[in-house]
Amino acid sequence: MVERLVLAIEKPLKEAIWDCRMCGQCILHSTGLSCPMRCPKNLRNGPCGGVRANGNCEVYADQRCVWVEAWEGSQRLPLWRDHIEHLQKPVDWQLQGSSSWINLVNGRDSGAPKGWKPDAES
Amino acid sequence: MAATAGRLKAGNRMPSPSRLADLLRDGRFVVTAELSSSNSADPEATWRRAEVLRGSVDAINCTDNTGAHVHMSSLAASHLLVEKGFEPIMQLTVRDRNRLALQADLLGAAALGVRNLVLMSGDDVTAGDHPEARRIYDIDSMQLLEVAATMRDRSTYLSGRKLEQAPTFFIGAVENPFAPPLEFRPLRLQKKVRAGADFIQTQLVFDVPLFARFMTMVADLGLIGKVFIIPSIGIPRSARGANFMREKVPGLHVPDEIVTRLEKTPPARQSEEGIKIAVELVNAVRAIPGVSGVHLIGIKWEEGVVRVAEAAGLLPRPTLSPLVTAGGRG
Repeated sequence: MVERLVLAIEKPLKEAIWDCRMCGQCILHSTGLSCPMRCPKNLRNGPCGGVRANGNCEVYADQRCVWVEAWEGSQRLPLWRDHIEHLQKPVDWQLQGSSSWINLVNGRDSGAPKGWKPDAES
Repeated sequence: MAATAGRLKAGNRMPSPSRLADLLRDGRFVVTAELSSSNSADPEATWRRAEVLRGSVDAINCTDNTGAHVHMSSLAASHLLVEKGFEPIMQLTVRDRNRLALQADLLGAAALGVRNLVLMSGDDVTAGDHPEARRIYDIDSMQLLEVAATMRDRSTYLSGRKLEQAPTFFIGAVENPFAPPLEFRPLRLQKKVRAGADFIQTQLVFDVPLFARFMTMVADLGLIGKVFIIPSIGIPRSARGANFMREKVPGLHVPDEIVTRLEKTPPARQSEEGIKIAVELVNAVRAIPGVSGVHLIGIKWEEGVVRVAEAAGLLPRPTLSPLVTAGGRG
């Protein structure tokens, strides 16, 4: 019930501002406020090698690469500028569609697979 | 960071995973090459191409559905090479497999004698012959590096479940120094080293000054000595081939001069000119500090690889440590 209410605000807001894909484990502050889930390869740790010379996406030739925007965005941030260098853990696909705000508060998005190295920066 | 340094040191103490690792750690300038992928159920087709390369290269890349076109799996091709005493480098993309399949193939590859890996995102399915396919991308290439390193160094799966016997891998990654955002590329390479990359094979180098600039940034990050960097050199066989690479291959930057130079050459002599271009590129990158070898790519042209290796003075190849790659099951 609470989640439905929060989602009613979070989803349209984040979709409108960031074209958010509701992965439920938001790392926007580490990606220059460019949502990495918009990348057709869902890359959360940087751009692929297929970025076009004009900075556009390998797959969608008329769209800017999400990670070109992430890099530029990260350099403009007053805080977290170096967070783009952090190693991001694998996506928990169980959280798709859930509220990242609630997951942040109750710690559901802080978990990682047990074998993911404990000293990983994220 | 301390843990990362620990891993690097530990990596050096570890028994050598492969002959390629031995050569690099011994400071030799290595030569690797890409094997044209097979569309044949007959293993002879793979062996025939590999035989052309015997003695001219230190290790051979087996690609994973390159350009998002279906071919024989890199795992099977790598194993066929091991059977004949070649040293394979198995490429593996996160495009076609989820984390379960990736780990299963990594462990299987180790059991079949594969020691060298190159882990990457992979060209998108829309670049290939099944553009309607569902892309996987369950984990990304950075995370796959970490997963492979975890299997090797901690003897567990990503889930934390224990392996009975950890694999010994020499882990490679890729980087494209020529694709935007250019300033981020060296940082991304650093991230890959932290995730577990022992060596890097780059995208094809045609623009030497831009590559040299990239290497300077990599050196400024203190990465030389922590990771071996092996630039790829393409061997254009014709003006048409070069043009195709420029127009169709994602992330490839082929300067106009190269294409024009080939176009100005009569068709019958274009392959010779392509060899010349490749040799010039090998000599140019070799002079850049921090370059540990070259990765030669002659698209469906293994003879071209041998000719370039010969003309660039890279032959004969050293015969250091006849490591038991094939029988290395202990």
